[in-house]
Amino acid sequence: MSVDHKTIQKIAHLARIRVSAEEREELASELSNIFDWIEELDKVDTNDVDPMTSVVQASATLRKDNPNDGGYPKKITANAPEAVEHFFTVPKVVE
Amino acid sequence: MILTDLTIAEARNMLNAGDISSVELTEAHIRAMEATSSLNLFITETCEKALSKAKESDTQRLSGNQGKLEGIPIGVKDLFCTHGVMASAASKILTGFTPCYESTVTKNLWDAGAVMLGKTNMDEFAMGSSNETSYYGPVTNPWQRANEPKVKLVPGGSSGGSAAAVAARTVMGALGTDTGGSIRQPASFCGVVGMKPTYGRCSRWGMIAFASSLDQAGPLTRTVRDSAIMLEEMAGYDAKDSTCVDIGVPEYEASLEKDVKGVRVGVPKEYFLEGMPEEIRSIWDQGITWFKEAGAEVVDVSLPHTKYALPTYYIVAPAEASSNLARYDGVRYGIRIEGKDLQEMYENTRAEGFGREVRRRIMIGTYVLSAGYYDAYYLKAQKVRTKIAADFRNSWKTVDLLLTPTAPSAAFVQGEKMNDPIAMYLNDIFTVPASMAGLPAISVPAGLSSDGLPLGLQLIAKPFDEELLFRGAGILELAANFKEKPTLAA
Repeated sequence: MSVDHKTIQKIAHLARIRVSAEEREELASELSNIFDWIEELDKVDTNDVDPMTSVVQASATLRKDNPNDGGYPKKITANAPEAVEHFFTVPKVVE
Repeated sequence: MILTDLTIAEARNMLNAGDISSVELTEAHIRAMEATSSLNLFITETCEKALSKAKESDTQRLSGNQGKLEGIPIGVKDLFCTHGVMASAASKILTGFTPCYESTVTKNLWDAGAVMLGKTNMDEFAMGSSNETSYYGPVTNPWQRANEPKVKLVPGGSSGGSAAAVAARTVMGALGTDTGGSIRQPASFCGVVGMKPTYGRCSRWGMIAFASSLDQAGPLTRTVRDSAIMLEEMAGYDAKDSTCVDIGVPEYEASLEKDVKGVRVGVPKEYFLEGMPEEIRSIWDQGITWFKEAGAEVVDVSLPHTKYALPTYYIVAPAEASSNLARYDGVRYGIRIEGKDLQEMYENTRAEGFGREVRRRIMIGTYVLSAGYYDAYYLKAQKVRTKIAADFRNSWKTVDLLLTPTAPSAAFVQGEKMNDPIAMYLNDIFTVPASMAGLPAISVPAGLSSDGLPLGLQLIAKPFDEELLFRGAGILELAANFKEKPTLAA
């Protein structure tokens, strides 16, 4: 399957990664090769097969729905590139 | 006696007997780190912390209240969050990220008394099979080709720094993580023991996520016994990871006392590849002979969907990665590259912060999850995954363990596969199937290639049967009697 430039541009936008024109070229050819290789899977008959949803057959552990952690906003924002008080900051989004 | 040549078990016994102190042991390893600095094994060294912890350990031991790894110096893959010490995932995007908390697996090890020497180098976000995608530069394998000693070889990946550090005698053991072979393949390339437990055996809490349905922490060590000792301390239920299974952790070291008489060892015919190097085939045959000599019953089995495991992996893992790595947005941690608006800030930060392979995999993952392609790729892959797991379940009717090579080659030359993603992905052809099924697996050094490089054999076991896995690995280790040391070791 061939992945064209337009598709690369669309995926890059969805993934929020800036891609230069030159990189678009490279990615289109690399991803095309990878998807050609993945097409091998079409040979597997998966009618009447359920998709795998959990790796280990074990039922989920439940706990009481009570808060048991939190209350340390300073720690939460400690690694932010730009934090003000206890808040994360972003470029202005509303005029 | 060279302290850095001791195994964890030997060091533990000498520490207990009072023959050596943890400070002496730790100092010896710090000297080894200095002597091997050109291999680029560590992203962050924590020598001062290590020495003060070693002192505490020596005091602790005097009180007679020591942990099972009391005073043992180890390395930690830089994918684990460590309180107050940078966790980078070898990515530019996490520059300076200093966790305010400790991962469960590392906490378990510190509670057992282990001493951290540093955070080991790795492929960026654990995406790679050669440790060449690290923002902090490649790791050099301490092993060299006998006839071409100047050629720099890769240590494998993604836990390349951990495997190479264990091989180079700079740490007694190291933590790694395995998503599709990231512990086992570098273990094979570096001539050490690398073990991936059953999915759910160790908590993933505090381990920077790559592909959540596949990621699992495991030990890299120089012996099978050391692997058992480390896993016993790492493993266990953790309420903070909902996929961590609440069952008891057996005494793995004790399981090594039993033999493998009557154990059924399966040899899956689909792992015989066209064009597989002769020396990989012969080391595999050698493994079969060793098991027969030890009284095991060797059985031929078929795992018909083996060849589909790798393409399935390259849908499932990038899909999960694309959603896990969405959190790196220049807002909450790491670097931010400004733009004219929020959208451009995200795009600039992620373009600058992620390396080429990580960007490639996020793009693949985004594509297979995007509207109109989800059923054709992701859903299809999860169905094939069901069939791959069913193959293994069928095989357990007739066998108890599976024996395969770990990797299709010995360590290769730096730079050789960087421009051919599929050639690089094929490194994990023998390790990915067990990952897809969540099974425990181990790589044990079995011999040397014609140019003097280590080759590993892999054993795969039923879910949560790590005890039999260690027993089987112990048989391989005893028979192989692998004592060679890499030329660039400290």
